[in-house]
Amino acid sequence: MKRTRGKKGRISGRVIDQNSITQLEKLIGSESTKRDMLIEHLHKIQDNFHHISHRHIMALAKIMNISMAAVYETATFYHHFDVINEKETPPPDITIRVCESVTCEMFGAKKLISELKLATDSNKVRIQPVPCVGRCASAPIAIAGTNPIENAKTDAVITALNKNQLIDTIPNDYINYTAYKKNGGYKTLIDCMNEKYKSDDIIKLLENSALRGLGGAGFPTGQKWRILSEKNSPKMVAINIDEGEPGTFKDRFYLETDPHRFIEGTLIACWAINAEEIYIYLRDEYAGCRMLLEKELEKLKKTPPCKLPKIHLRRGAGAYICGEESAMIESIEGKPGMPRLRPPYVADVGLFGLPTLEQNMETMHWVRDIIEKGPDWFSSNGRRDRKGLRSFSVSGRVKKPGVHIAPAGISINELIDEYCKGMLKGHKFYGYYPGGASGGILPASLGDEPLDFDTLQKHGCFIGSAAIIVLSDQDKVKGLALNSMRFFEHESCGQCTPCRVGTTKAIQLMEKEEWDKDLLEELSVAMCDASICGLGQAAPNPVRCAIRYFPEEFKKWPPTQNKKMKQ
Amino acid sequence: MAANPKQKNETIVSFILDGKEILSSGEETILQAAKRQNIEIPHLCYKDGYRSDGNCRACVVEIEGERVLAPSCCRKPTEGMKVNSTNERARLSQKMVLELLLSDMPQQGKSPYKLNSELDYWAEKLSIFNPRFEERNQVHSDISHPAIAVNLDACIQCTRCVRACREEQVNDVIGYAFRGKDSKIVFDMDDPMGESTCVACGECVQACPTGALMPAKNVGLVEPDKKIDSVCPYCGVGCLLTFNIKNNHIQYVEGRDGPANKSRLCVKGRYGFDYIHHPDRLKKPMIRRENIKKTSEIIEPENMYKHFREATWEEALNFAAKGFNKIKKDNGSQSLAGFGCAKGSNEEAYLVQKLVRTGFENNNIDHCTRLCHASSVAALLETIGSGAVSNQVSDGSYADVIIVIGSRPHENHPVAATFLKNASERGSKLIIIEPYHSDIALHASHFLQLRPGTDVLLLNAMMNVIINEGLQNKKFIDEHTNGFESILETVKEYSPEKVSPICGIDSDTIKEVARLYATSKKSIIFWGMGISQHIHGTDNARCLISLALMTGQIGRESTGLHPLRGQNNVQGASDVGLIPMVYPDYQPVTDPEVRMKFEKLWGQKLNPENGKTIVEIMHAIYNGDINGLYIMGENPAMSDPNLNHAREALSKLDHLVVQDIFFTETCGYADVILPASAFPEKNGTFTNTDRRVQLGRQAIEPPGEAKKDLWIIQEIANRMGLNWGYENTKDVFNEIRLATPSMAGITWERLESVDSLTYPLMNVNDPGEPIIFKDGIFPTKDGRGSFVAAEYTKPAELPTNDFPFIFMTGRQLEHWHTGTMTRHSRVLDAIEPGPCILINPEDLKSFSLKSGDVLVVESRRGKISATTRVDEGMQKGVVMMPFSFNEAAANLITNEALDPFGKIPEFKYCAVKLSRGQRPGDVIDDNQMNKGNRVDIKYLYGS
Repeated sequence: MKRTRGKKGRISGRVIDQNSITQLEKLIGSESTKRDMLIEHLHKIQDNFHHISHRHIMALAKIMNISMAAVYETATFYHHFDVINEKETPPPDITIRVCESVTCEMFGAKKLISELKLATDSNKVRIQPVPCVGRCASAPIAIAGTNPIENAKTDAVITALNKNQLIDTIPNDYINYTAYKKNGGYKTLIDCMNEKYKSDDIIKLLENSALRGLGGAGFPTGQKWRILSEKNSPKMVAINIDEGEPGTFKDRFYLETDPHRFIEGTLIACWAINAEEIYIYLRDEYAGCRMLLEKELEKLKKTPPCKLPKIHLRRGAGAYICGEESAMIESIEGKPGMPRLRPPYVADVGLFGLPTLEQNMETMHWVRDIIEKGPDWFSSNGRRDRKGLRSFSVSGRVKKPGVHIAPAGISINELIDEYCKGMLKGHKFYGYYPGGASGGILPASLGDEPLDFDTLQKHGCFIGSAAIIVLSDQDKVKGLALNSMRFFEHESCGQCTPCRVGTTKAIQLMEKEEWDKDLLEELSVAMCDASICGLGQAAPNPVRCAIRYFPEEFKKWPPTQNKKMKQ
Repeated sequence: MAANPKQKNETIVSFILDGKEILSSGEETILQAAKRQNIEIPHLCYKDGYRSDGNCRACVVEIEGERVLAPSCCRKPTEGMKVNSTNERARLSQKMVLELLLSDMPQQGKSPYKLNSELDYWAEKLSIFNPRFEERNQVHSDISHPAIAVNLDACIQCTRCVRACREEQVNDVIGYAFRGKDSKIVFDMDDPMGESTCVACGECVQACPTGALMPAKNVGLVEPDKKIDSVCPYCGVGCLLTFNIKNNHIQYVEGRDGPANKSRLCVKGRYGFDYIHHPDRLKKPMIRRENIKKTSEIIEPENMYKHFREATWEEALNFAAKGFNKIKKDNGSQSLAGFGCAKGSNEEAYLVQKLVRTGFENNNIDHCTRLCHASSVAALLETIGSGAVSNQVSDGSYADVIIVIGSRPHENHPVAATFLKNASERGSKLIIIEPYHSDIALHASHFLQLRPGTDVLLLNAMMNVIINEGLQNKKFIDEHTNGFESILETVKEYSPEKVSPICGIDSDTIKEVARLYATSKKSIIFWGMGISQHIHGTDNARCLISLALMTGQIGRESTGLHPLRGQNNVQGASDVGLIPMVYPDYQPVTDPEVRMKFEKLWGQKLNPENGKTIVEIMHAIYNGDINGLYIMGENPAMSDPNLNHAREALSKLDHLVVQDIFFTETCGYADVILPASAFPEKNGTFTNTDRRVQLGRQAIEPPGEAKKDLWIIQEIANRMGLNWGYENTKDVFNEIRLATPSMAGITWERLESVDSLTYPLMNVNDPGEPIIFKDGIFPTKDGRGSFVAAEYTKPAELPTNDFPFIFMTGRQLEHWHTGTMTRHSRVLDAIEPGPCILINPEDLKSFSLKSGDVLVVESRRGKISATTRVDEGMQKGVVMMPFSFNEAAANLITNEALDPFGKIPEFKYCAVKLSRGQRPGDVIDDNQMNKGNRVDIKYLYGS
């Protein structure tokens, strides 16, 4: 710890307290105290004390031999850490997080939040509005402790609270290690290890399969493996399960049903590019999934099907931006999740400065099937000349929301009719988010466009992680666009000016009765053009779409009528 | 010259910028290439010399074929790339970024904290005046720090300060915390700056483009009437800086891109300049009142006029010279002595030693080098023929293995320390060997907390490992050294296992460090007073030299030996002869040939006997053998060991002339006091630890009747019958060139144009030699280096039952030596206003005291008391005190036992007892109080 400086004989600065060090040493146990473990250890403090006090930050800095400032900036970056100074009152031990993102807002999140605030004692329970928690098919969602309550109503939440049901559980009916192996699981991996396949064969196979990165960017998977296979060792594999795009829950769906499939895909990737270690980064909101993964990875390591590389499971801490590939790497390294500038690309300089194959979890989910069933099996799916399967996370005003595996290139009209059993009763299709909050908003009139990578650019939108939020005549795009912009402001990492300041100024403009459309457009252009990463670049999509496709919402209201509308 | 020894193979690329073809090295960015072509692209988060972060996005440009704009500060041009920095698309984003930032400035206008805000500059350039967005909620300024104001309402979150703090100076205090719109620059854990661990180097202030971090008291709004390029007056690192002057007052200081500092400064250099404007500056000559007798008591400055009266220069100078002349006539020439000063310029040092050798007609001239690196120099001269550093800090920081032993550079050579920390960040192994775990150890790959005084054991054990494992460089030993057998014989006995329990370092660590040092491509050793200030200081240094010789880690880039020089001109003062045994350039006074040369140069016969050293002179005064002393700038009444003895000696002098800028503790014993000039009040050359001769330029006029030191020395000399006629500094400098062959090629004109030149520089057009002992050729008779084996000697005064604690003196970042300068600096004294005793928490607890309570420290020689400061870095049984504070002068405690070769006292080790005290400065301890001497309970604790 740095020395303190004295003033008139008294000690100023901060004196480290031995008691805190002892507490943390006990919590950390024999685990590594290298820098990359910072967020893991902060979680331990938060879980144990329900907040992170300055004395613990100091002690942790000392134990890990990093500066107080470095610990502090990481701790305060992530919203799941409550950093408290000596003068502040710590938050109550119990926190109920209520999602307020697009779908949940459509299904009454605001009302739920205000009701819960009235129904609970703020000294004992904190009601915290949070961004998307990845359960949009059952909106609205409240998470009591780590226990998700779907289709949440105030009394159900209070009941859970009273029954002390505050911890998420592992889903029952998933394919566990034994069952997965019984059905031929890990055979392909063993075949790879036994050189039944050459890594080049597998890469070729993927190249022919039309499998693309399903986290949102859609980069051809085979090509990515090819690039990485040619890099010098050591190399890393990093799996992104920081699914945070409002409206997206497909990764959770696969995790909760068939977790070993992506693990096998990941191990094959690791083998194919000859990497050293695997890091799996899971968003903190999926507490049940984390328990499930911990359990299954434990089993896997205990009786491995073959020699395994080191597999690390890392826990996010409430930051959407960490779904951005380089921000996720920063986060794994124990730093604030600020995206890196490119070049250099992650494939060259990634995790710990090493060439890194970063893949969305769902992408890895398909690897085994593609190898076993052949590349054509995957690429033969598709409509309107598009190829492959897409896992659409559908939420909003449809009868059957949820994950729907459908051919790439399907239109929203087809998706609603064929997969979602049509619109909810009394709702008329009005528009849709084709790719979560960042993918923009399209009107019903563009309901026959093919949904796939590269097809919606001309409309100022993209499919991204294929999170479809269906809007009806009872929804107002103007308000939802503001909701989306607030989400981006909340989740902006704060690094670059266009995003950090731009989102805030956009909200100021959008909160006005009448939008300054020219200025919003000018600002949007700069955000799209000059932001460092996809968050800032995509943040203006909803507002631009609102102006472009929903002009009827911007008709001037007479002032008196306007007041009425507000009520 | 050696700052960046790595020459990259550069490829030239051609690219198009705004329709114009530009050739560029593959290494520079688009922004840098544009700057070269005088094409202005707006930029804020980019700063020359810092890592580009690319976060502000003001510098975005369009690159044809790319989806989005690219930050020109980060992107490097590639062959054929087409870049637009001024087209509509690029401009829209550039202007929007500036408008967004401007909208969040106070009153959405120009920075209220800084005259030349970079945001204001670019906003004006791109005609952005009235932002169309609403202002953010603003925060209040943080003015908790005496030197720096934090105005985050003008912050644009460009993180230049973060990079300044963490990547340049590696102080790790500033962070960029929270997220998104809440993102905020914080100190430590969002603490008020004045209460954080900030070391106030001011790098962040220098880096801030908008005035969000500014020198306190709004000096950023003062338009200076001149800017003078000069050098820092404090330590041996030799940072170049610029004084900003208005109305003969220094307003603020900026770091300049010097070879030793790359624009970096520390708190002293940047904020410690205001001592020169202190009202207590001596402004008139003073003569002791006739009826006041000298005693050994210290006279406080406020009682100055009780003992002294003002005089005219004429009277004072006559009085000074007459006194010397009389003693010389009555008692013979050996009865006079002089102390020069390592804070003065080369020219001043040269004239002082010339005055003593030609006016006093003896060689009794010494200076504080005796108290710092005398033993290092003794060992270096004996073994490799030169006391100078072999390699410069800038070069050494590119070594693979860096050993820092007996030094806390972050306190004493703060800017040099930043380069060592940079090296550690780059992956060099930084091995710190120190009894005290302090901040630099946080950056170490290996920290060896040895027991005080056991250096020889540890170093011999390292050599033992190297020899046992055959890691020595046989070729180098055979071709370039003598006497290796003596080492073989000696270190046999020092196995790591054997020394480990005494040193407190486990044997595996000793082995690992020895292997690292011996086997790396490039290893260097830096050391400080922890090595030299022992009775075995010379032995310590001999061991370090032997390590370098046996592994051949010397004579090449990023290898060698670097005793970090403390004072800004201790190297130069020694070079130009402020040493009793040698003339300028270390030419022995006992060598008849040399003497003849100087007799010719100075035009008179010279005394052939070695003079006395500082401590010897003090003894001679005490014994009545020396009766007259001329002290230029030194403060022996604070700096010498066993001060009671030294002060008594001073009071016995018949004639003491003190030349200084303040009424120092030593002035109290003077017969005449001559008010001198402070660093920025005169011209002169100064030689830093790297052997860089650098030019200090006069920035302001001395106050009152204070005079330039060169003038004073010459006036005394001429009143002693020497017929000197130096008209200016350059005249003296030119004579130094004649007396000092290794500086003969340095011309005043060249120095004026480049500010810094490295010697040896024999001939006028030579480039200078940043690395000496090249190819293992040493300046000894046979060109070889010699091994001198050293056996372990115990410190002179070991702890006993009565005096159970080990006491050592040290320095601290904010204060300089005896405090003459820094304790008169408002800022520095505000940060560290008083003495403190650093002590291990358990030791403190054993007295039932808490940090901040008072301890009395007593040795066989003296007794002081001060507040305690608990420090986990201290070993049990050891206490340390900085010696800068006269209210608790650490040197009242220290032992004057001398190293037999370097004649350096053992400042770093003596035995003391501790007892609970009552209040700082009051040496009555608990025991006495309990006997009823004093019952003043309310002052006891926590008052």
